[in-house]
Amino acid sequence: MSDESIARALQSDAPLTAAVRQRDVANAVAEERGWHEAALVGRTITINRPRAELYAFWRDFRNLALFMENVERVTPGDDRRSHWVVRAPAGRTVEWDSILTEEVENELLAWESAEGADIKNAGRIEFRDAPPGRGTQITATIVYEPLGGDLGKLVAKLFQKEPKIQARRELRRFKQLIETGEISTAKTSDAAPQG
Amino acid sequence: MRALTWHGKHDVRMETVPDPKIVNPRDAIIKITSTAICGSDLHLYDSMIPSMEKGDILGHEFMGEVVETGPGSTLRKGQRVVVPFVIACGQCFHCSKQQFSGCENSNPAETQDLGEIAYGTAMTGLFGYSHMTGGYAGGQAEYVRVPYSDVGPIVIPDGLDDEQVLFLSDILPTGWMAAENCQIEPGDTVAVWGCGPVGLFSIQSALIQGAHKVIAIDHHPRRLELAKSLGAQVINYHDVKVREALMAMTGGIGPDACIDAVGMESHGFSIDNVVDAVKVATRLGTDRAHVLREVLMACRTGGRVSIPGVYGGVGDKIPIGALMEKGLQIRTGQTHVHKYLRPLLDLIGEGVIDTTFLISHRLPLERAPDGYKMFKEDQNTVTKVVLKPDWEKEAA
Ligand SMILES: [Zn+2]
Ligand SMILES: [Zn+2]
Repeated sequence: MSDESIARALQSDAPLTAAVRQRDVANAVAEERGWHEAALVGRTITINRPRAELYAFWRDFRNLALFMENVERVTPGDDRRSHWVVRAPAGRTVEWDSILTEEVENELLAWESAEGADIKNAGRIEFRDAPPGRGTQITATIVYEPLGGDLGKLVAKLFQKEPKIQARRELRRFKQLIETGEISTAKTSDAAPQG
Repeated sequence: MRALTWHGKHDVRMETVPDPKIVNPRDAIIKITSTAICGSDLHLYDSMIPSMEKGDILGHEFMGEVVETGPGSTLRKGQRVVVPFVIACGQCFHCSKQQFSGCENSNPAETQDLGEIAYGTAMTGLFGYSHMTGGYAGGQAEYVRVPYSDVGPIVIPDGLDDEQVLFLSDILPTGWMAAENCQIEPGDTVAVWGCGPVGLFSIQSALIQGAHKVIAIDHHPRRLELAKSLGAQVINYHDVKVREALMAMTGGIGPDACIDAVGMESHGFSIDNVVDAVKVATRLGTDRAHVLREVLMACRTGGRVSIPGVYGGVGDKIPIGALMEKGLQIRTGQTHVHKYLRPLLDLIGEGVIDTTFLISHRLPLERAPDGYKMFKEDQNTVTKVVLKPDWEKEAA
């Protein structure tokens, strides 16, 4: 996702995570790619860890399955290609190859789904130093093509109808895992009342 | 195990539920030896807190014995611990600033959404206090799972019994922080609205922290007696006008610092106190801010206002003119419990602080529903209910 439109948006002071900008950028992305439509999600989070550590963790794409709720596994192919297997409702999975399109060490990773992906998607994650003593700011931006039909419904569910919420939760889990070594949960289905 | 579960307004039940298990590496399982009903549990009892679900296990003031630990826990089996009601990871930015009640990680990702809508930021995880604060099972039970057990629980030395240390879990540090937020200076008069548990501990703490005089305001005679026994002068707001009395008692200046230990409960619980976090953004006046208004009007110019009392939604008709024109400082927030555990445990050990005077009722855990009813209906004589899971076993 090295598109001009996104690059332009990022130069602006108004962050890409703002909804209005997101709409503009999504429209531009769809036009450039020939998608019928693009949904875009952006979110920034601060993580109390050095930039290099976070970058290294993310660059090993296998790690993403540790905190992304629906990602079953990411298998690295060559240096730029990885294979994604994503759990979908009703026991199905959706798969695609993802290609690293841009990489600036400790600063930026961008990727895009390869030809023939079930879900056309592209993403970009940027790492910036937070103010002194506060770790790193991460901005994640993901675009995908919403689909009609059965697969479309599946995709919508995958992104939990509200992709913004899904992205927020994924980044929260990433932060928890990196900062505390575990992902917090209160799900003790065992502790629910019997009957 | 046996646990107290929430089923709706004024409907809490003792039920048999599965025992908790270690889920994450830093977890520990605690066998509860003593747990208390907190004033803020009444908000749940009255169905004023959104995102409660039937079957939720209540209780956020508790202590017990470590019976199981995950590989990342620093506790050992057999240790006696008091557990803070705030769940904090110890590693995020807020935790590193000792702002434990602002911990960014303890609320699971999927239960953070509501806080963002209602407060502009996700809430921290709390035990037994709705799904907005994580949906964690509480401690009014035989056992409880404690996340981040290497950070929160404080180990209690032999020689101190449960009742001396139980309130470290919540109301004692809450009262202490309320007084600390007053930034007390020599010669200061501190006024405390509300002589419930937190108000009483605020009085005690303010005096230890060097207040020259503490004035306590309530209408329950029994609670005013307790305030007096701690060394406070008292105002019964049924008998006199509060602001006039305070002016007279402070030489016409007003109290140097004021503590609102009442919060949205002022004038009792009622429907307009309901906090519906989803509607909060569009609806004005969910919280009754009567006490806060009185506090802002009474406090002296340049004085400090401390708010440990719980407010949940939005308030209206706040005298913002008084706040600005008098140059008041306001400090508030859920308690950073972890920060106060060690110093307060030391003060208890040295005999400087004794909190046991507050306990009016001791019941077997099995009778927890009665405890809630009593506490709700008679706030004059029921100052604090302590529940003991062991008791019914001994009786059996
Ligand atoms: Zn409490
Ligand atoms: Zn934390």
